[in-house]
Amino acid sequence: MTKIEAIIQPSKLEAVKNALHDVGVEGMTVLEARGHGRQKGHTEVYRGREYTVDLIPKIKLEMVLPDDMVEKAVQAITGTARSGKIGDGKIFLTRVDDAIRIRNDERGDQAL
Amino acid sequence: MGKVLILWLVALVLCPLGAFAQTPTTGNATESAEARLTKLEAQAADAKSSADNAWMLTSSALVLMMTGPGLALFYGGLVRKKNVLSTMMQSFILMAIVTVIWAICGYSLCFGEGNSFIGGLNHLFLRGVSLTPNAAYSTTIPEQTFMVYQLMFAIITPALITGAFAERMKFSAMVVFMVLWTFVIYDPMAHMVWGKGGLLNAALGGRFPTLDFAGGTVVHITSGVSALVCALYMGKRLGYPQTTMFPHSVVLSFIGASLLWVGWFGFNAGSALGSGGLATSAFVATHFAAAAAVIGWCAAEWIHNGKPSVLGAISGSVAGLVAITPASGFVSPSSALIIGLLAGGFCFLMVAKVKARFGYDDSLDAFGVHGAGGTLGALLTGIFASSTINPLGSGLLEGNSKQLWNQVIGVGISWAIAIIGTLIILFLVDKTIGLRVSEDHEIQGLDLSQHGEEGYYWEVPA
Repeated sequence: MTKIEAIIQPSKLEAVKNALHDVGVEGMTVLEARGHGRQKGHTEVYRGREYTVDLIPKIKLEMVLPDDMVEKAVQAITGTARSGKIGDGKIFLTRVDDAIRIRNDERGDQAL
Repeated sequence: MGKVLILWLVALVLCPLGAFAQTPTTGNATESAEARLTKLEAQAADAKSSADNAWMLTSSALVLMMTGPGLALFYGGLVRKKNVLSTMMQSFILMAIVTVIWAICGYSLCFGEGNSFIGGLNHLFLRGVSLTPNAAYSTTIPEQTFMVYQLMFAIITPALITGAFAERMKFSAMVVFMVLWTFVIYDPMAHMVWGKGGLLNAALGGRFPTLDFAGGTVVHITSGVSALVCALYMGKRLGYPQTTMFPHSVVLSFIGASLLWVGWFGFNAGSALGSGGLATSAFVATHFAAAAAVIGWCAAEWIHNGKPSVLGAISGSVAGLVAITPASGFVSPSSALIIGLLAGGFCFLMVAKVKARFGYDDSLDAFGVHGAGGTLGALLTGIFASSTINPLGSGLLEGNSKQLWNQVIGVGISWAIAIIGTLIILFLVDKTIGLRVSEDHEIQGLDLSQHGEEGYYWEVPA
């Protein structure tokens, strides 16, 4: 069982979501996020005063998948979220010990 | 008491003498009565002028309120968060640009002495536009009041178009497009319908007298049809229609639409150019049509989607207000109810069905509401116009089929000018500075890419 955390450009969410559905991912959590990696922000000017905005709007996707689906899901994300430019985002994979469905106590892959 | 008695006696003695001798004393008495009468007449005219002027200045302010904040909020709420400021700016900047053009030559081209198609240049830089009335347009309000009132119409008309190309047009291209648009489309149409000697003018000797009380053809058909041309020429927003593009705040749109409804009283009732009964008639018709259209749209939506939405209700009110614009001042309150009800249902179909069927991205439904509603209203005016409301207008229901024909001509000319003119302007701007923002800028949002600001700045939680 693996947790995928993907940080992507907000404009790519729709495409990524559809691609994930196509490879059989049934659920995900989407968060509005702000941040930056090597991509730095931009400046905004309000009444002549310049502000540097270095935390840029991003979307963070989280999902926990059975191990046999992880590679397909990663490819679905990279295939759709990539524009080739700086700021496309990152994917992080983490091992997960267990999962529990609150409604009926199902555990492990059953609960995903 | 004694002195008064003596004066009376003297007067009694002098009167017959005067009758015989035509003494100068009697002459003076007659003159002073005449003078008093003249003075009274002048005062009565002054009072009427002041009353009319008070309402017309109020109406001018109400019509400006329709653009900012009315339309700016209405449209601003309908776009995505990243485009809210750029959308509001498109309305606001027109309040400035059109005003300056109006002072230089816009007013003259619309209302100056000209030919059947366009006004002359005799009012360039508002020359001769004084504080006395211009008898061709009004005998009571100062021409400057008339000028500033008409200016507010010239502002909101192009602002309505911005709904069609929301979220994708370069600010610079929008400015150039709009400047050209006022010259090529608005000025000729306003002159033809409302200018002295205009081809379609119903009150001042036009060849095809078209009834358009407050701008069904001049304002709503021209802007709505131009909007459709813009949407088709410029293409869809990135990701439309696969990506859902929700209105980011129906709350803002709600406030905007409610302000539009109130402002519309200035738009329509103000078009009486006075504060008399005709203004009341237009006011009542306006309100009744808006109310009926809300019900029309909601009913259609309820049947079609199972729920009446808030966005539907407010869109319905605007549809009704658009449709009654040419008809107000010509139709009875009950006719206004019918016009509103039809407009609500018809514009719902245009927006929900026809747009989806043809797949064009008229982003905020400028055509579906203003183009379609304006056309419907202009034609229905030719049916419901009643000579008991306004001696100028008599429609099909009174057996005057010629009026409906004239309405068709007026509608046809407005459509033709809007289509041809807008196509030419779009082509010119496209080939010189380009119409659309780059793909990156469109994704980033126009607020940041065009203005370097955000509508809702994200604060680090303290």
